[in-house]
Order: sequence, then structure tokens, then C-alpha cells
Amino acid sequence: MLIKKPDAFKPSEITPEAVYLQRRTFIQGAGLGLGAMLLPGMGMAALDANQPIKDIARYTGDWQGSTLAPDWLRQKVSQARPSRHLAQEPSTPWDIVTTYNNFYEFGTDKGDPAEHASDFKTDPWQVEIAGQAEITGSFNLEDILKPHDLEERIYRLRCVEAWSMVVPWVGFPLADLLKRFKPTSKAKYVRFETLFDPKQMPGQRSRFAALDYPYREGLRIDEAMNELAFVGVGLYGNAMPPQNGAPLRLVLPWKYGFKSIKSIVKIEFLEYRPVSSWERSNPKEYGFYANVNPQVSHPRWSQASERRLPTSLFSPNRRPTLMFNGYGDEVAHLYAGMNLRNDY
Amino acid sequence: MTTRFSSTLKPLVFCLSLLPLVYLLWQVYLVVNGQENGMGADPAKTIVQFNGDWALRCMLLTLAVTPLRQLLGWVELARVRRMLGLFAFTYALAHFTTYLALILEFEFNELGTEIVKRPYIWVGFTALCGLVPLALTSNHLMMRLMKRRWRLLHQLVYPVAALQLTHLFWLTRSDYTEPFIYSVVFLLLMGYRVFKWRQRRPKMGRAEVAS
Ligand code: HEM
Repeated sequence: MLIKKPDAFKPSEITPEAVYLQRRTFIQGAGLGLGAMLLPGMGMAALDANQPIKDIARYTGDWQGSTLAPDWLRQKVSQARPSRHLAQEPSTPWDIVTTYNNFYEFGTDKGDPAEHASDFKTDPWQVEIAGQAEITGSFNLEDILKPHDLEERIYRLRCVEAWSMVVPWVGFPLADLLKRFKPTSKAKYVRFETLFDPKQMPGQRSRFAALDYPYREGLRIDEAMNELAFVGVGLYGNAMPPQNGAPLRLVLPWKYGFKSIKSIVKIEFLEYRPVSSWERSNPKEYGFYANVNPQVSHPRWSQASERRLPTSLFSPNRRPTLMFNGYGDEVAHLYAGMNLRNDY
Repeated sequence: MTTRFSSTLKPLVFCLSLLPLVYLLWQVYLVVNGQENGMGADPAKTIVQFNGDWALRCMLLTLAVTPLRQLLGWVELARVRRMLGLFAFTYALAHFTTYLALILEFEFNELGTEIVKRPYIWVGFTALCGLVPLALTSNHLMMRLMKRRWRLLHQLVYPVAALQLTHLFWLTRSDYTEPFIYSVVFLLLMGYRVFKWRQRRPKMGRAEVAS
């Protein structure tokens, strides 16, 4: 594969790690200082810039899978800091987040991805940027991630199959990534594409798959630039496990899970609205927007309530589903004036 | 086949057909006791799917009895047909009951809505309703009482099996490999019957003319 030299980053912009770490500390110190000024009377101990504000959720078990991720990435993820997007709900345990997955490239049973993606190769990894942007080309993952400080966001995740989780992701705002490529005024939509590699992804070899691979997803540009739209590269303080979409995926908490495309290899800025994979396979059941909406029932599942995992046998942990999965304050304005029954 | 084997055939098939249920109960025991188990993050759903899978498999096994008996000339095989059919019904009933209890939590209103609104549910439900008269009339007494009508009634098993496959096709979201395999098995078993039936028909026609 020919890797075009990214003209986006001049060598001077590539920061040596030591400087980079120092800068982080400085920025963080400044942030804390500001916080302390605004909140006089808070303990001065909190001003120690080397201490995280609150440690992020970490997995400390003996799972070895993240050794598939390169060292630099694991280190970067481990330095993530908490953000202000932390759902005040107990997180779904690591074991469940990493063994209950819909990632049909690796099989349709929930346990298939954990089983079949265990040696999925995600290093080296390239992401192609294309379409209506000033900067396009293929970039190494390292260059894609380099300028971004990672943060933790604990988001609710609502699947269209009417189950949900709460997941502590590590990543950075999608808007920050997209802006670096200077999308032009013609960029009205963004399309994302998952790796196509039938050798590694048994689901793509199936002759009876209803989905057309590679898997594609799309967003309107203002949705993509919304502050909630997040690029996930880690989970519970670990590099993203392959079954969860390593090395980088979207996390769009106000939309059904299938919009949060995994293992991205291509990002394309478009003038026209793209058709997403589920929409193509079954337009009556899956729309382009796929916003979580308890009022619009899916032909297969009532969307009024959800089963929060883990469930136990005799208490399904059912709770009402919230409009936009509870993120209306941040995203409802994106859909003002639209009829969400038609644009489901 | 030796007669000795034939006499153990029935208990053997009984035990084999019971195995999935035993496995399931063992897993449920582990789940309830909070021990390591194979039921995943959503045991209720796993249980429902498990029962659905075995209901369909037992159904296809039931339909395979007669063709295998005729092709292999293994007459004793006929003795396990009813038992397999009853297992197919048992697993289907377990499938429905666990869905009602563990997923819907006995919300009968919701069951009504689901049956009306979701094609794959009403097809499954119709299939289950179709199995009820078959199970109720599966004993010798009913067989004797109903005579020819018994055979007629039990032809219902074919459309019921077709409905079950439709149920599976309609609930499948993305990969049709499994429903495809089950359908091929079903079509082979039905193809065999059609073939036999067409072979027999001309002779019967002549016999009628002769009488
Ligand atoms: C009569 C015989 C029936 C058979 C043979 C049957 C068979 C199946 C099979 C094979 C599956 C797929 C399991 C899997 O994913 O591994 C399934 C799923 C399911 N069936 Fe049935 N079924 C029957 C009746 C019913 C009835 C009466 C209902 C409810 C009223 C029902 C509701 C469901 C549901 C809710 C699922 C799970 C769908 C999901 O995974 O989202 N079925 N069934």
C-alpha cells in the first residue's frame, strides 16, 4: 500500500514525547489553576498538577489482548484524563463490554467477536482521508492520533436491539480530528468505512450476509462536529480491544450503537448524503439518522425500554429509554424542525 | 440392526434429546449461584435462543425419521418419531415460556402488542399454536379414535415447520447461513416425500380404476 506523505504535518509539528508530556502537565496545571480561581475555598492540594483530577476507570485484570496494540498507543491511552462527560451511572463491567459485541465482521453471535478477533492485526494501521477537504491522503495511525490529548468519557450505549451499557471510553472529540483536514464548504456529510479484510474477518466471507461489506456509516457534518461525537481508541484505560473496534472507532452516544462504526480505515467528506450499510440492507428498518428515540418503534424491537447489561435472570434491569439516549441537551438542536418519525 | 440395539434405541434417543435441557438447567444453576457460566451478559436472551434452536432442530429430526427409516430400511426408527415430536414441542413451549417470563416479565399486554406488530413473532406464535393439537393427539388412544383424520391432522406438521423456518428468516438480521442450512435440510426432507408421493400416485390411480 502506498502511503502518501502527509503534507498536513510538518516535521516541526511532530512533538517529541518528553516535550509533549511536559506540555500536557502545563495545560492541565493551568486548567486546575483556573478551576481553583473560580472556586475559591477548594483545597489547595488539588493543585498538584501531576495528580489526575480523578483517576479514570481502569481494567486491571490479566487480559493480554491489548498487547496487540503498539506500545506507543498503550502508553498514550494510559495517560488519558477524565473529562466532563462522565455518566453518573455504574459502568458495565469490563468482562461484559468486551464479550458482548455486535461486530458482524467477526460473527453474528455476541460472543463471536471476542473469540474471532483475538488476533486481529491493528498495527500498522492506516486511515485514508478523502473527499471535500484541503488535506487528503493516507495517514499512519500514529500521525492521526499524535496531536490529540486523550480523555475519558463515560457514555451510555444504546443498541437498537433494546439493550444498553455504560462504557468508559478513552479517545478525543471527532471534531478535533476532522478539522485538521480542513473540510471545504462542500463537505456537507462525512462517511466512515470499516476495514475490508475477509482473511481476518470471517463474517465478510459469508455468502449469506445481508450487509454489503465494507461496512459504512455516515453523519451530517454538524452531527460529526457536535461535541459529543467521539473517536474511541481505548476502553477502561486500555487500548481498544479488537472486538470493540480497535484501533479506532466512533462513539456517538445519542444514536443507536450501529452508527458507532468500528475499526475505521477511511473517512470521506461528501457533498451528498451517503447511504449507511444497515440502511442499504433494510431501509424500512434502519434510517440514516438512527437517533435513539423511544417513540419510534423498530419493526423488530419496541424501543420504549431497554435492558441495561448486565441483566440477571429474574430481574432484567429494564428501564425506560430516553430521547436521544438522554443527551437531548447537547444534540436536540441538530434536529430542530425535523420530523423524527420520518427521519428515523 | 440387531434387536438388542433396537430395544435400547428409545431410551437412548430420549436421553440424547434431554441433554440440551439438562445442560440448560445446569447453566441456569450456575447463573443463579453467581458462578462462572456460558450464558453471557444477557442470560435471559441466551436461554430463549437456546430453546428456539433446539425446538427447530428437534422438529427437523422428527421430519427426518420417516425418510431415514425408508432409506435405511430401519423399521424400529419409527418408534422414536413421536418422542422426537414431543421434544420439539417441549422445546418450543420452553422457548415461548422463557420469552414470556424472562424477557416480557409476564406483561401480557406487551405480548399482545408484540404478536400483532412483529411478523416474526406472530409467525412463531402461529407455529406454536399449530403444534398444540399435534401434541395433544399424539397418544395411541387418539390415533385409534381419529383413524384417517389423525393422519390428515398430523400433516399439519409440514406447514408448521415451514412457519418455524419463516420465523427464523424473519428474525435474522444479517447472516442467513444458519436459516439457509436448516432450510436445505427441510427442503430435502420434503423433496423426498414429494418424490415418494408422485411415485405412488400413478399406481394408486390404476388400483382405483381396477376396483
Ligand atoms: C414453534 C416453534 C418455534 C420455533 C421452532 C422457534 C425457533 C426459533 C429460533 C431457531 C430462534 C433463533 C435463536 C437464535 O438466535 O439462536 C428463535 C428466536 C426467537 N423466537 Fe422463536 N421459535 C418458535 C416460536 C416462537 C414463539 C411462539 C415466540 C414468541 C411469541 C418466539 C419468539 C422468539 C424470539 C423473541 C426470539 C429471539 C429473537 C432475538 O434473538 O432477538 N418464537 N426462535
